[in-house]
Order: sequence, then structure tokens, then C-alpha cells
Amino acid sequence: MLNTLRNRFEQGYRTTKYPKEKIELWKRYRGRPQIQDASPAGMARACAEACPQDAIDSEKRVIDMGRCVFCGECEDRSQGTFVAFTQDFEIAVSEKEHLITDGAIPDLAAHARQHFKKLFGRSLQLRQVSAAGCNACEADLNVLATPFFDLARFGINFVASPRHADGIVVTGPISRNMKTALLETYAAVPDPKVVIAVGSCTLTGGPFRGSPEITEGLDSLLPVDLFIPGCPPHPLTNLHALLTFFK
Amino acid sequence: MSTAFLEISNGVAVPRDKIPHLDFDRFRREALDIVENGGKVVHFFAYQEGDVVKLSAVLRQDHLLTAGCDAPDTYPALSSQCEPFHMFERELAEQFGISPEGHPWLKMVRYHPNYMDRVDVFGNNYDDDIPGNYDYYSVEGPEIHEVAVGPVHAGVIEPGHFRFNCIGERVLNLEIQLGYQHRGIETLIPGAAAKRLPIIIESVAGDTTVGHSLCMAQAMEALSSTQPDQGAHTIRTIALELERLQNHVGDLGALSGDVAFLPPMNYCGRMRGDFLNMSLLLCGNRFSKGLIRPGGVRFTLDDEVRTTLAQRITEITPQVKHVIELLFSTSSVRSRFENCGSVSQEDAEHLGLVGPAGRACGMAYDVRRCFPTEGYGELDIPENAEDSGDVYARAKVRADEVLQSIDLIQSLLTAPVKTECPEPEERAMAPDAFVVTLNEAWRGEVAHCVLTDAAGNLLRYKIKDPSFHNWNGLSMSLRNTGISDFPLNNKSFNLSYCGFDL
Ligand code: SF4
Ligand code: SF4
Repeated sequence: MLNTLRNRFEQGYRTTKYPKEKIELWKRYRGRPQIQDASPAGMARACAEACPQDAIDSEKRVIDMGRCVFCGECEDRSQGTFVAFTQDFEIAVSEKEHLITDGAIPDLAAHARQHFKKLFGRSLQLRQVSAAGCNACEADLNVLATPFFDLARFGINFVASPRHADGIVVTGPISRNMKTALLETYAAVPDPKVVIAVGSCTLTGGPFRGSPEITEGLDSLLPVDLFIPGCPPHPLTNLHALLTFFK
Repeated sequence: MSTAFLEISNGVAVPRDKIPHLDFDRFRREALDIVENGGKVVHFFAYQEGDVVKLSAVLRQDHLLTAGCDAPDTYPALSSQCEPFHMFERELAEQFGISPEGHPWLKMVRYHPNYMDRVDVFGNNYDDDIPGNYDYYSVEGPEIHEVAVGPVHAGVIEPGHFRFNCIGERVLNLEIQLGYQHRGIETLIPGAAAKRLPIIIESVAGDTTVGHSLCMAQAMEALSSTQPDQGAHTIRTIALELERLQNHVGDLGALSGDVAFLPPMNYCGRMRGDFLNMSLLLCGNRFSKGLIRPGGVRFTLDDEVRTTLAQRITEITPQVKHVIELLFSTSSVRSRFENCGSVSQEDAEHLGLVGPAGRACGMAYDVRRCFPTEGYGELDIPENAEDSGDVYARAKVRADEVLQSIDLIQSLLTAPVKTECPEPEERAMAPDAFVVTLNEAWRGEVAHCVLTDAAGNLLRYKIKDPSFHNWNGLSMSLRNTGISDFPLNNKSFNLSYCGFDL
């Protein structure tokens, strides 16, 4: 017993005050990309060519955050002169077009569906469906339950049964072998329901695009309400998205 | 013992024409001989060259051994004589439509049509998108009942189907059917642009990003005769040990949660986050994505990062130690861990278990000691073998490794680390070459095998996650165990679905 108490004391109180207080992430973290206006077209083309995800349109000078895995290769290549990654982790959007950005991202709060706030603002129960990603997206959703984030204090929980859920949170590029299970889970959630797509895989197929075994974009199967980019999205990106969209 | 197989080294490329190409009967005999005399299967796979399908095996004793042969359409199964080939032969049948006759349990692995447009060995119709559509192993009797779980499980976890045959609470057999996470990675890689390879490999299993990335980078380096500098080796070693810490600490917490002892569950959950943030400190990503590339690493360990990392480790170390002490000194925890889900060393040998799951059954094999890569040649890695093979042993091995990994990282952070980050460039690879790379990730032996063709392009990229060996260990641990102890056993292995499913 004494040992338990000693550990409790040593561990202290760890829960973040976010969103009341801002959090600064470490400078190597790659959040919202910012395209630099002044860089020459040649540099934009070099970055587009180097990008393993073909996420850069060098003509329009935009990045598709749905495809991007935030590897930072483009920032390296241009030494930050074409694109530099900011530490801004608040990058979720409610329309797929908004993923394509020069650095400006529409305010999620302004695009949130007001009736969702009314319905789910005080209690949101979500069923997570893991569909063929690498499990890092799941892991960084899971941590929302740990003491630092403590998602439950906002009335948001991950639940076991889709019948108890208000919506689904999908990760992974929806393999052929998972498609039926995903659609059945979706069907089992009572209306009205929300669909949240988490991670590059779910948004566009991510690292696996081009494989005949996967789906390039959950929105081709289901109506998606919230798109959370990243590979995986930082837990704070997920937290920000859920709080801004529903609270 | 003399063998026709060629001795090769971890991470050293060899010309393919130096590898003995035997006739099938000889290949089969020699392979069986090696494994029946204590050898283990690292890889056994097929590849297509022109119109010919060929087999390749990489086995290990004190050394790595390899040989190949032309693939027959059907052949007498090796598994019927020697169990460690069991999963590999199923995979061969699924990928290339090659039928191992007399295989003790020929069923699909990941549920996809074979690459060769051959008649399906399993008689599956792939128009149904359900790997679980299949006649499960069943037990009959008046008191027998079945429990079916998944693919969508109760938590935020990956999909798979579990079928329990029970008598009352007692599990007679657990059958595990995976494949739901199958993304077609091995067929995607050879056709994808070279710049995509590191990104795809980082996503084989996100919790083993470093383990798989190291195998990829070492293979590419061997094939292109590139030498990363010493600093890169140090940073990669730190990254692999951080990955071990993240997962072991997280799982120890989850094990505690599964026996309803909540303080360590919460503390470990939080501390795992701190270790993930150390990877972010290093490379900007909590899972080390973006860090490792052929030729070195993309982020330096400058003194600011090095001292910050050292400070964070120093600060968290006593907390980790105390929570582990708390966990293992709590009698209610001990009584649930001990004698739960035991796997005998004999069974573990037959199944070919690797990593902590194997070490918990007395098999000391650890790639870091036996075939060291990166900085491990200079480090002292203890044996960590327990002998009880139960949840306690698996937890104990992991707890010991946590403390060792902390020491290893601390020792690597004492002096400045200098590295030149390599320019991303396409490196020409040796034509007609073969390389196998092994690393000890937190679940055990990760092994990649890469073959190039006459033009130096990728001919075959074979991936093996340790989970490929260990899922059957979980099944075995459940025999005669109460079904309510499934979560605990499952966590003690914590295997990868996506790493298995590829
Ligand atoms: S960070 Fe995104 S846009 Fe830049 S190279 Fe990587 S995937 Fe492409
Ligand atoms: S988006 Fe990235 S992190 Fe998420 S599941 Fe896909 S590969 Fe893994």
C-alpha cells in the first residue's frame, strides 16, 4: 500500500490544460506546412519530384495534406525556402478540398456543423474501426485515454459496440478484406451519425496508394464529416479536431 | 555438420550466382537436416524470374545459411516432418499457388488470390471480402461451445478473427484468422518509385517503424555499397531502443490493467507517451517515421537534442523503476501472471518463437547478440532467458529489457554524436544480388530479404515481422487456459496484425 502511495506521489498530476492553455510542440515536429511565396519555380518542381507521396503541385504551389505523410523531405530539399513546417498541430478540416493548402487552413470551428454540436456537444461516443493501416494512428488515438490527455473529461469516449456509438472513427486504407466489416459497423451505428477519417491512409490510401488491395479515400465509401491529416496525426491534432468540431 | 547451403552474413550482399541452386529433393533434404538439428527458419519464400518460379530459404544456426531451387508445382510438405516450416509453406501456397502435399494444416494466411493466376490452393472465392469465411477447426461434444470474436474488436485495436473452442470456461483450442489488414505490400514495392520505399516500409507496422526501417536501410546500403557513418549507427541504435521502451512500458501497463491493478496502467500509459515524445524530440515524429533512410539518418543528434534526451531519460528512470517494482511486488498481480498461459520450451522451439516470447520460454536468441548490426557489436546485451513460459516470464523479460534499454541509451548519450545526413539520391544497386537483414525489434527478429535482377532493379522484397512466428505461440498459450485470461495472454505477446498481414 505504501509503495502504491509513494508511486502516486512520484507520478504527480499530469493532465494537460490544453485547450485552455496553448501547447508549444518541439521545433522538429512537423505540423501545418507553409508554402513560401518567394521561392523560385524550379525549387517547387524539385520538391514535387522529391516528394515520396506526390503530394505537391508545383504549378499551383500547394500541398495535399491528405496525401502528405509529413516526412519533411520537401522542407529538407528546399532548406525551408519552398515549404517550411510549422509546429501548428491544429490542422483538421471538414471538407476534403481544404486539405489542399498553401499553408492557410480554414477555421474548423467556423465550418463545424452546428447540429452536431447540439447533438453531441455534451456526450460523444465513438466506435473506432481499424482498417489496414500501420496501427500508429490507432496508437495515437488510444493515448487520448491516458492521463495527459484524459479525453473522457470532455465527455468523449471510445466505446465497444457500434450500437452504443454516435459515430465511427476510421483509420487505415480500408483493405479489401476489411471493407465489409467496416460497412457493417457503420450500418450498426444508429442515425444521426458522424464519420471521422484519421490519417493519410484513410484520407487517400497514404503510403499504400496504388495497391489494388486498398481504398484510396474513405470518402469514396462513406460520407466523411471530419478529415484529420497526419501519419499519424499527433494526439493533439485529434484532440483539437474533436473538441473544435463537436464542443 | 556439412551442408550444401551457403554461409552468409547479416546485411552483407552476395551475388546470386554464388548461392547454391540445388535440385528440389536435395534442397528439401538439406533444409530439413539443418532445422531438425536445431536450426531455425528465417525466410522461406518464392520469387518469379522470367517464367520460372524459384524457392529461396534462409536458415540460421550459429550462422545464416541460404540455398535455392526451382519451385515444383506440388511437393511433399516440409512441415509434415518439421513444424517450423508450417507458416512459411502456407504463405508459399497462398502467394504462388504451390501446393505442399501432406501439410498438416493447409489454410490461407492473408486471404488473397495468388500472384500467378494459378488455381487457388485453398479453393477460396475471393469475390467475398471476408477472410473469416472459412470452416474453422471445430471440436465436438455435448459440453463444447464456440466463441467468435472480431474482426472488429472491443477496443481501439487492429482487426483479426479469433475462434475459441471451449469446454465451460476452459479453452481447448484457439484459432486465429488474420488477413484483414492485408495491403499487398510485397507486390506494391517492386513496382513503386524508389523514393516511396522508406515510407512504405515505415508503415509495415507503425509500432516497429525502426525495426523494419533498419532492415530496409541495411539492405539498400549493402546492395549499393554505402556505409553510414558511426554517428548514424549510434542514432539508429538509440531509436531502436526507444522503440523497445515505448512498447514494453506500454504493454506492462496494459498487463497491469488486464489484472485490474490500475495505478501502473495509468503510470505506464503516461510514461510510454514520454518515450514516444523522445522519438519526436529526435526526428519530429512519435513513431520515428522520417528518421531512417538508406545511407544514414535524416536528423542529427546535436548537443541540444542529446542533452535534452539525456535529461529526460534521467528524470524518468526512477519513475520507471519504481512502477516496475510496484507491479512485480504486488501479490495479486503475481498470482495472476504466474502459471498463466504457459508455453513449454519444446513447443516454443517447434513453433519457432522469437523475441521476448521466445526468451520467456528459455530460448535466449537475440539478434542484437547473435547477428549484431548498427552499434550492437560494441554493446553488452544480457541473455534475458526466463524458463517458465507464462505471462509472468513474458512480462519479466520485458521489464528486464526496459531497464537494459535505458542503460544502453544512457551509455550512448554520454559523448557527442556526429553524423552527416545523406543526400536523398537514387543509389545504383548491385545486379543479380541477394541480401538478408535481421534486427531485434521489440517483438523479436525482423528479417527482410531483397533480391535484385540483372539490371539492378528489385526482383523480390520479402518481409517478415516477428509476429509471423509468434501468433501461433499465442494460440498455444491459450490451450487449457480460462477464456477470461485471453486478454492478459494477448497483451503479454501483443503481436502485430498489420506486420503479419503486410
Ligand atoms: S512532407 Fe509531405 S509534401 Fe513534403 S515530401 Fe513529405 S510527403 Fe511530400
Ligand atoms: S496514416 Fe500513417 S500512421 Fe496512420 S495508419 Fe496510415 S501509415 Fe500508419
